[in-house]
Amino acid sequence: MSTAAARTGPPGTAPAPDPRRPPGAPIPAGRRPPRRPPLPEEFSVKVLKDTGIMFQRQMAPTLRNPLFFLVFGMMQPVLYLVLFGPLLSGMPGPLGADPMRWFVPGMLCMLAVFGTAYAGFGLLPEMQEGVHERLLAAPVSRTALLLGRVLRDVAVLIAQALVVIAGAAAFGVRPSVPGALAGLLLLAVLGVGLGTLSYLLAMVLKAPFKFSGALQAVIMPLILLSGVMLPMDLAPGWLYALSRINPVSHVVDAERALFGGGFAAAEVGLGAAVAAGTAVLALALGVRSMHRLNA
Amino acid sequence: MIHTRNLTREFRTGGGTVQAVKGLDIDVGAGELVSFLGPNGAGKSTCLRMLTTLLLPTSGSATVAGRDVVADPDGVRAAIGYVGQGHGSGGDQRVRDELAAQGRFYGLTKAEARTRAAELLEMLELDAAADRPAARLSGGQRRRLDIAMGLIHRPRLLFLDEPSTGLDPHSRANLWEHILRLRAEQGTTVFMTTHYLDEADAMAERVVVIDDGRVIADGTADELKGKVSGDLVAFGVADPGEAERAAAAARPLAGADGVQADGTELRMRVTRGEEALPGLLRALDRAGVGLTTVRVQRPTLDDVFLTLTGRSLREGDG
Repeated sequence: MSTAAARTGPPGTAPAPDPRRPPGAPIPAGRRPPRRPPLPEEFSVKVLKDTGIMFQRQMAPTLRNPLFFLVFGMMQPVLYLVLFGPLLSGMPGPLGADPMRWFVPGMLCMLAVFGTAYAGFGLLPEMQEGVHERLLAAPVSRTALLLGRVLRDVAVLIAQALVVIAGAAAFGVRPSVPGALAGLLLLAVLGVGLGTLSYLLAMVLKAPFKFSGALQAVIMPLILLSGVMLPMDLAPGWLYALSRINPVSHVVDAERALFGGGFAAAEVGLGAAVAAGTAVLALALGVRSMHRLNA
Repeated sequence: MIHTRNLTREFRTGGGTVQAVKGLDIDVGAGELVSFLGPNGAGKSTCLRMLTTLLLPTSGSATVAGRDVVADPDGVRAAIGYVGQGHGSGGDQRVRDELAAQGRFYGLTKAEARTRAAELLEMLELDAAADRPAARLSGGQRRRLDIAMGLIHRPRLLFLDEPSTGLDPHSRANLWEHILRLRAEQGTTVFMTTHYLDEADAMAERVVVIDDGRVIADGTADELKGKVSGDLVAFGVADPGEAERAAAAARPLAGADGVQADGTELRMRVTRGEEALPGLLRALDRAGVGLTTVRVQRPTLDDVFLTLTGRSLREGDG
């Protein structure tokens, strides 16, 4: 209960202007359109420098505990390689004759999808705590805040892929070396696209339960329709058609062709185009929304 | 240092638009320590987010450290330090590294950032924790790390959003010691929000009270308290009936304002409570009122808010 005496003051009494105050700079009032970032910002030296700093920041905890981060996220593809891959030796035709040669590139793609699509989970706690806000309040390139995170995830992905390739080689699955290098590059490009989209989704959805729900709904079809487990040629027509719409399936085809050393294969061009297209689209969306989210 | 003119911000919600800030005019000079006080939802944080370029104004204008928040957000960002409500340090980041990275974001070289980080860690008594991940700091330490990150580039203007929320009294006092020393040494302008009334009262030289998106009072804590007429004098009695009788006896007394019985208490506002008290006691004694306790209380900032709005600042507190 408030006292009767305290109710006497008129609400909303504004203070009289203080003549001692320094005069405010004359500022035009009225609505202004949201700031459009000048285009060159995306390509300036500052972006590169800030991306480097952000990359280092993101990388630091990983480098202090490399084994954990290497193993973490690698379990799924490795388990598939060990516990599912051998099943394929029962397949008829050339696939059954040398199943791992077919299976390993697909598992690398799976590694890339799982490794980067869940990247947004690293950002969510930093958004909830205020880390992201603290960074946005600093004179840092907005693009760099996104790109530094994505590049760290891609770096970890490449390290994991190298371990898988080395492991497979030890068991006699030897890819063409230039093909494997090109394959890693392809994974990195795919990772940039998926990682960026993941951060974007995390920034839009904010709540972890929404984010994980949305990811499940997207990732499972992407993997099931990518042909990493079994050849999509075995699928009924409608399922095969669906798999062709899935961008990941084209990247998987390209990765397989590259591991066989077939640079000239049509799959390589298509897969590379799909991966690069995803990355460019994702980055354009990501940079745009980073600029819009802050101010 | 801060000049806003008719600054507003609207949010679109499911039901329509909500005006969080309605035409704010604030002027803060260099070196001032200003506390922005208001209940939850008054628009404090929205305003602070606009001044720190985290949110675009819907209309109006704001210059911070000489730069327009809309036209030159990077200029504003480079000039100010910002300590938000939450923790600005990543839990898995090592304290020293996180601080140095912050320095590099503000344009320091690697070596400068490392030196400056070490300096701040020492100044804020964090050097013992420097090599730990931030998640393993105590609440007070982690808040001091937030302050250190806000100070890395020696800003002329520091924004603090609820700097001591969630800290125990000892850590609060410690944090304030650091902020006040910093100000004394470097003349930093400090603009902070708080919902701790005692904190605004004790620390700020100037209090800007905001309610429902508008500034409703602006001045030193003493000036603001001058708006409240007199001290609160409260007498405890045995039962509510006695309180009503006591109120009836007190109402005719000269100088007693807003006499009111509230439960087993009789309250009134009196100018210079201590001086009026003996007379009041005698008068109530003559009326045969049996008193159990007596209390005289100077006006608080909450009384100021109550006088201005008819509501208590504490009501909305979570």
